[in-house]
Amino acid sequence: MLKGKGIPVFITFIVGTIMIFSFFIPHKPFGDLEKISLNWYSIIAGFTMLLGVDSLIGMHYRKITRRTGNWGYSIVLIAGFTGTVVIGIIETIRLGTAFNEASYFTYIYNYFIVPLQSTMFSLLAFFIASAAYRAFRARNFDATLLLITAIIVMLGRVPLGEQISPNLPKFTEWIMQVPQMAAKRGIGLGISLGALGVSIRILLGIERSYLS
Amino acid sequence: MKKIFFFILSISLFILIFSQEKPILTFLGEDTPDSIVKNFTIDASDIPNDGGGGIELKWDSPEILKDWFISIIRIDEDGKRVLLTTDIPILSKQVRDVNSEEEPDRVIDSKGYNYWGILSKKFITEELLQILLDTFDFKEGLYSFNDDTFFVLSKTQMVYSKASWFNFLRLAVLISLIIISLTFLYYLNLAKKGKDLYIRKINGLDAVEEAVGRSTEMGKPIMYILGIGYVTDIPTIAGLTILGRVAKKVAEYETKILVPSYDPVVMTTAQEVVKEAFTEAGRPDLYNKNDIMYITQDQFGYAAGVDGMMMREKPGAIFLQGLFFAESLILAETGHSIGAIQISGTTETAQLPFFVAACDYTLIGEEMMAASVYLQKEPMMLGSIAAEDFLKVIIMSILVLGFLLSFLGSGLKIEFFKNLFDILYQALQV
Repeated sequence: MLKGKGIPVFITFIVGTIMIFSFFIPHKPFGDLEKISLNWYSIIAGFTMLLGVDSLIGMHYRKITRRTGNWGYSIVLIAGFTGTVVIGIIETIRLGTAFNEASYFTYIYNYFIVPLQSTMFSLLAFFIASAAYRAFRARNFDATLLLITAIIVMLGRVPLGEQISPNLPKFTEWIMQVPQMAAKRGIGLGISLGALGVSIRILLGIERSYLS
Repeated sequence: MKKIFFFILSISLFILIFSQEKPILTFLGEDTPDSIVKNFTIDASDIPNDGGGGIELKWDSPEILKDWFISIIRIDEDGKRVLLTTDIPILSKQVRDVNSEEEPDRVIDSKGYNYWGILSKKFITEELLQILLDTFDFKEGLYSFNDDTFFVLSKTQMVYSKASWFNFLRLAVLISLIIISLTFLYYLNLAKKGKDLYIRKINGLDAVEEAVGRSTEMGKPIMYILGIGYVTDIPTIAGLTILGRVAKKVAEYETKILVPSYDPVVMTTAQEVVKEAFTEAGRPDLYNKNDIMYITQDQFGYAAGVDGMMMREKPGAIFLQGLFFAESLILAETGHSIGAIQISGTTETAQLPFFVAACDYTLIGEEMMAASVYLQKEPMMLGSIAAEDFLKVIIMSILVLGFLLSFLGSGLKIEFFKNLFDILYQALQV
């Protein structure tokens, strides 16, 4: 008799097996199962967004009421959140869609969100420099090898490399296409088999740590 | 006078209306000066290995017709006409009549369809198209319309669409699946019988206890970042299984774990996983739902939020386990800057170098998938790892065999090995 964790494990096994069959059987009703289940997932995910918003607003509301450290930022977040939602609703009523080029909602997206995203992304350049500095320090043989390879690849990708030797870009391409690709594919094979292992363990109920 | 004026005006209008030349569609005969056009045929057939509702049309494309266009009209057994395509280059050689379920004019299984092809040197006009769809009496031959000529091909045979019960294009996958499943079952059986199975040392996972312990000693929380994947992504699932083990250690050490989430479904799942781990460790009282919180579904907004949290909370240990993209280094470098011990893991090979550079330990690809097995070391779970290793040996053997056959066949030009390589290549095609 199924009880406790046995019930979700049994459901997982049945659903997982049906999904595997549906991969090989295009005929109805099997052929449409993947699409249907993805639709179900989208509907459930839509509702969980409410949980996400509840979590976000709840956390910042508590920060404000308890006056915990940096609570001023929480006011900015809640004001920004509420303002965007209100403007989105007003513009939808006014223009039929909030995504109209003339709407203030689009203005917020173009002139607040996009520059903020770009700022975060551009930080990556500085982080790459600091991480590369640490990674390329020639502390041992492996790190030295990495340093030399990195210098060759970097030089091979800029016009200066071509000036030093016309063979440098070709050598760079060989490094990227042969040793680099071999390592990448090796890791890729391991990942695919690992994913397969996780799937089979979940399907057979051996792996249960994802269950509450 | 007025009457005469109106009479002249009416006559003028009448002449003006009827003097405008109406486009005339003329049948010029079945023969065409170009025999290639006359012999041009379209072959219609059901699309094999599909779920039904699809017909494929193919034709040969002679060089002489490379500048011509083809338009195709479908007529079902009830006589209903539907435009399939208009003015596509002959060189495209094929077109598929497939539509979504929502499309009312889609191909329906078990209903018969004929297709008429119209060859033209110029794009056909809207006016002609409307005539072809409404009133045109289809008959093979050469026609003229507004001084332009076009050729109506003979109709295709009646064709029916049907759904397949097996997709033969996926036969190789099915055979692989059977081999893989049998291998897994064999090793799981071995594990069940009590055979001692080995798993190699993974430093990153041995450091979990050290990281949690160090953080506890420092009186700082632990931060667990699941990346920007969804719960349908395998790395996120692997990250959640590791979270369960880490959360159990956290509960045992009576410290705090923070899980900022990118996706509300992942957040809800993580809340349940941590709650279960705290309960298993006998400390459900320490569980705080608000420590597993939602940040945003914007990639760099998430990175900014988590970075800010790192700077404010100063966690002693940071776990980055899941699916990461361009934000990986932004997170890992911020974690490094606050002096936290960092254990990362992802399946994204492009992000691995960043993690290796910025973190203390990195689980590379499959190590992440094996993490829950390693942390639990249950015999049945170890059995699945042994099966994975055996499969790796098989794949590597096929790779070596492929290399040798290719070297002997294409390199040394030995026909026998070339044929063998082709057979192997065909067998592995999916």
